[in-house]
Amino acid sequence: MKILGIETSCDETAAAVVEDGTTIISNVVNSQVTIHARYGGIVPEVASRQHLITILPVIEKTLSDATVTWQDISAIAVTHGPGLAGSLIVGVNAAKAIALSHSLPLIGINHLEGHICANWLNGTQPAFPCLCLIVSGGHSDIVLMSDHGKFKKLGQTRDDAAGEAFDKAARIMGLGYPGGPVIEATAKDVTPTIQFPRAWLKDTCDFSFSGLKTALLHYVEEHHAVNTPQIPDIAASFQEAVVDVLVTKTIQAAGNLGIRQIMLAGGVAANKALTQRFLKQSPIPVHIPPPKLCTDNAAMIASCGYYHYRMGQRDSYNLDVIPGLNLS
Amino acid sequence: MTTLHIRSNSPERTQQVGTIIGKSVIPNDLILLSGTLGSGKTCLTQGIAWGLDINEYTLSPTFVLVREYYGRLRLYHIDLYRLDTGEDMMNIGLDDYVYGNGVCVIEWAEKGEHILPASNLSVQFSYLSQHERDIRIEAHGERYEQLLKTVAESL
Repeated sequence: MKILGIETSCDETAAAVVEDGTTIISNVVNSQVTIHARYGGIVPEVASRQHLITILPVIEKTLSDATVTWQDISAIAVTHGPGLAGSLIVGVNAAKAIALSHSLPLIGINHLEGHICANWLNGTQPAFPCLCLIVSGGHSDIVLMSDHGKFKKLGQTRDDAAGEAFDKAARIMGLGYPGGPVIEATAKDVTPTIQFPRAWLKDTCDFSFSGLKTALLHYVEEHHAVNTPQIPDIAASFQEAVVDVLVTKTIQAAGNLGIRQIMLAGGVAANKALTQRFLKQSPIPVHIPPPKLCTDNAAMIASCGYYHYRMGQRDSYNLDVIPGLNLS
Repeated sequence: MTTLHIRSNSPERTQQVGTIIGKSVIPNDLILLSGTLGSGKTCLTQGIAWGLDINEYTLSPTFVLVREYYGRLRLYHIDLYRLDTGEDMMNIGLDDYVYGNGVCVIEWAEKGEHILPASNLSVQFSYLSQHERDIRIEAHGERYEQLLKTVAESL
């Protein structure tokens, strides 16, 4: 069964055709990152207008890459939250129009669950229950997944999301945007020597990166470090502090709950320092999607759509966007 | 213009000041926050949210520019950190939030000084040391003189 996935929750316009939730037939992502770079992040109004321009060409390219016609598609799965309202609306309305004109079932998908489903596109079949760490620009959540569609949120960030912390840190260090990739590149092969603070928030699965950000700011200011050879060490030390907390707390939570598998999801899961540390430190298997499926894409939405189709989910044309949609 | 000076020695104290503000605000109140990264802006906003009976963490709005919360009143938590021109600010729908019948808390408000209403409660944060922050609250306009008076009496 082939499902067309559509994803426009943030600044990537994406469409993909996935078979049976596991095999990518085509996967097209049109990134707006260069457009938003001058703002040091996404500007919703700009993103929304850009989605409008690219959504139809992206869908057409996806179908032609997959060499399929509408007759081959069994359902349309589309992200309807969480995300930026103006961006979500473009994808949801495109999906509704297509579903209506081709008489196809419409399935609204939670973007965060989509990120998790990227783990099924890797040639593996993770077993349940599974502990998921979702780390992106807007989220840092620890979620217990007992089956497809069944989640319990155990913890979240109390201030900055991990991806956001990277963006701010990059700005403080004068490294540009987006922060994750640029810090990873700057810190590559550098041994961190600065001990930045970690917020452990003991006995919870919550995170906090605000104090780390402040400590970084004062370090950089006190040492007049911008544009100096100290930056790689500072970047590596910052990255180390973030990775340390994410990895340690996730493994601890899995141990406390007796869960035997960990799954990573979200754009920050493309960071090699994070994934390598997980693989090194975790006593239990850790599933990690390939980097290009960690960042926003529609293959993960199509995959998730397949499982929801099998569960019987069918949405009406009243499907609404929910910018603050949660996993539960 | 009335000014209130508070020396906060912990995030909890900053949150407590925020909670008192949150309990005293009415629809269309505008609170402008300024101060460097890590000086307590989001922390004060967390308190304001609690004062509005919003039982969630107010996450940093930097990435998404605006976060909305639903409590006794709607809270719009806005961050101008990444925006540089008035046009950029209008593009995120700043007007809709400021006149949206909720309570608007705007971080990095100094960047939007030229387009934001002159009537507001302005809070300036200064970093003194690792655990100490200076919080200076200024009332601009009659409504905010009254708000500040209520806040000062509850501190």
